[in-house]
Amino acid sequence: MTTAAATHTHRDDVGSRMGMWLFLFTELILFGGLFIVYAVYRFKFPEQFQLAARELDTLVGTVNTIILLTSSLTVAMSITAIQQGKKHLSMMLIGITIIFALAFLVNKYFEWSHKISIGIYPQSPELLNKPPGEILYFGLYYVMTGLHALHVIIGMVVLAFSMVFIATGKINQQSYVKLEAGGLYWHLVDIIWIFLFPLFYLIS
Amino acid sequence: MTTVARTPEPDYLHAQTNRKGIGAWIFSTDHKRIGILYLVSMLVFFIAAVTFGVLMRLEMLTPGKTIMQPQTYNTFFTLHGIMMIFLFIIPGLPAVFGNFLLPLMIGAKDVFFPRLNLFSWWLFVTGGLLALVSLFLPGGPADTGWTFYVPYSIRTTTNVIPALMAAFILGFSSILTGLNFITTIHRMRAPGMDWFKMPLFIWSLYSTAWIQILATPIIGITLLLVTIERLFGVGIFDPTLGGDPVLYQHLFWIYSHPAVYIVILPGLGVVSEILPVFARRTIFGYKVIAYSSLSIAFIGSLVWAHHMFTVGMSNTGMFIFSLLTFLVSIPSAIKVFNWIATLYKGSIKIEVPFLFVLAFIFQFSIGGLTGLMLGVLSVNIHVQDTYFVVGHFHYVMFGGTGFGLFAAMHYWFPKIFGRMYKNVPAFVGWLLMTIGLNLLYFPFLIMGYMGMPRRYYDYLPQFQTYHVISTVGSWILVLGIIIIFVNLILSLKKGAKAPMNPWGGKTLEWTVESPPPVENFHEIPVVEKGPYDYSEYEIKPEIAK
Repeated sequence: MTTAAATHTHRDDVGSRMGMWLFLFTELILFGGLFIVYAVYRFKFPEQFQLAARELDTLVGTVNTIILLTSSLTVAMSITAIQQGKKHLSMMLIGITIIFALAFLVNKYFEWSHKISIGIYPQSPELLNKPPGEILYFGLYYVMTGLHALHVIIGMVVLAFSMVFIATGKINQQSYVKLEAGGLYWHLVDIIWIFLFPLFYLIS
Repeated sequence: MTTVARTPEPDYLHAQTNRKGIGAWIFSTDHKRIGILYLVSMLVFFIAAVTFGVLMRLEMLTPGKTIMQPQTYNTFFTLHGIMMIFLFIIPGLPAVFGNFLLPLMIGAKDVFFPRLNLFSWWLFVTGGLLALVSLFLPGGPADTGWTFYVPYSIRTTTNVIPALMAAFILGFSSILTGLNFITTIHRMRAPGMDWFKMPLFIWSLYSTAWIQILATPIIGITLLLVTIERLFGVGIFDPTLGGDPVLYQHLFWIYSHPAVYIVILPGLGVVSEILPVFARRTIFGYKVIAYSSLSIAFIGSLVWAHHMFTVGMSNTGMFIFSLLTFLVSIPSAIKVFNWIATLYKGSIKIEVPFLFVLAFIFQFSIGGLTGLMLGVLSVNIHVQDTYFVVGHFHYVMFGGTGFGLFAAMHYWFPKIFGRMYKNVPAFVGWLLMTIGLNLLYFPFLIMGYMGMPRRYYDYLPQFQTYHVISTVGSWILVLGIIIIFVNLILSLKKGAKAPMNPWGGKTLEWTVESPPPVENFHEIPVVEKGPYDYSEYEIKPEIAK
């Protein structure tokens, strides 16, 4: 098996990157389905969507946007660091990215629990009394930000693994395509938020 | 040339690995073993789904109750659909033969992401088991039909969630396979094999893979939304919460219509592969066939709403979708005409794979032409949700791709298992299958046109003759399938050893031993000619003079 394995170790970073990009396309289309649903319902109930959006705290949303954008910067810097062979710097930058991600989730947690405490959650009597456009708005709000938060968590796990790989030397100055893939995934998480933020927070 | 005998390298079936027994298979990253894994698991689901289908036909033998309760019938057509579509026909050709043959045909040692490939199979099995588990959980199997239309799929008390999750996971598996194939085709072709020297089966896999990647996420998110709506009561599609069920149908068909092309494109690819070999003739219009695969993939993604002509769309919308539906038939017809042109003046050798291909072309043409009828708005309103649609669909899916799959099985069986099968039983099986299939589904077209609605448990006595003919057809079809499988299974052990190239194929998989060695190629081949070079059989014009 060892000889067979040896002949298999061709390296093709272009191909690996291509696979990652294709995967990112599928993620974008996954959210694209949600954006279609959003577009249809917003077209149907424009006023009610605006009204419902007033319940959201623009400040929290803005802070989270800044957090995510900065975390994209740190992850990009960690790739540059590993390219220059600065192993510890790279690991530290990934660590900062993960802390940013945690901060984002904590914010999200408080935001959601505030909504729930004032009685806005699926099937709540409060929500069911509202007009259909608002029910749909909050339904989509929970689903889309929830699915995005799930992606944040997955991204954190991916980045944590990248950190371990840097520590063990699996990712190094010569071979860093795995970290690049993790970074690309993180940028995806970022870019989806860039669309979610105005669609939910800035339409009031 | 050195005369030193090379110690024969073990083939992939007998290779020693560091795992023993079944572990050497289910944890193998060898694309050939993964192909076999898919073949075995897919056939299990196929047999289960055929059983459901035959029992449904038996129920329809007489009006009223024949053998089962109405609710059982509802769950049977649901499970028949889910299994046949998500577990058999969508993964069928790409996952089984695509996996096995893609690296062999482009001169590579494996796919680009071998471990991801194994992971896809595990997802496939997980999804399949989930679908099976949903049968036995309290609540009873899903009864929504494979389309999971809301609001019924939100309200019914049956086990819809496991079925939805099964389809979701299977979609994920399909996406990863597509991603793997595209990267493999882009990055791992042997030296000299430029895009237009690729075998046409690879072209069809390439087009299919793009649809898998671009369309499947939409069904993923849609099924996920229905699940979330069922679990938490979030308002998305439920009309009582302001949702729009027609939006669900749009999202469902945005995937599920292209999925039809995920199914049929590899079938078309198999035909383009087998036909020139038995006609001993270079395929007519190679480039056009390759481009037509791509354009089917493209236009096929824009026709989804023709499943919904009766939901009350705007007239403009209906005209556009009807027009696009007609357009998609052009590349399909281009393929058929090119195949016929390939046969013209070929030195045709009749073998079982070739017979399956001929039946494919005949049945695919019926399926395609009835599809055109369905694309006509006025006719569509008349036959929407009738047996006509079911007949059309089964002619394309089973008469087309199903037969393509059996053609592929008979064509590549010697390569995959290194054995030949017996010709006479294979021929008898083919004959019974062809007769059975047409007896089974042609009456569907007639009674559908007369107004027999699909998915109905009961029917008026005037339809009984057609139902009886159809049910008898299903018995003949199943008899054919049994003969075919028994013949192939017996040949696994007892068949004569297959030579390297029993059919005279010109593609790269025929240049390696049967069954292929673990590493596929001892040396990566260099490709100089196109894939179907039969010039030695063709009479040169100057000689003819």
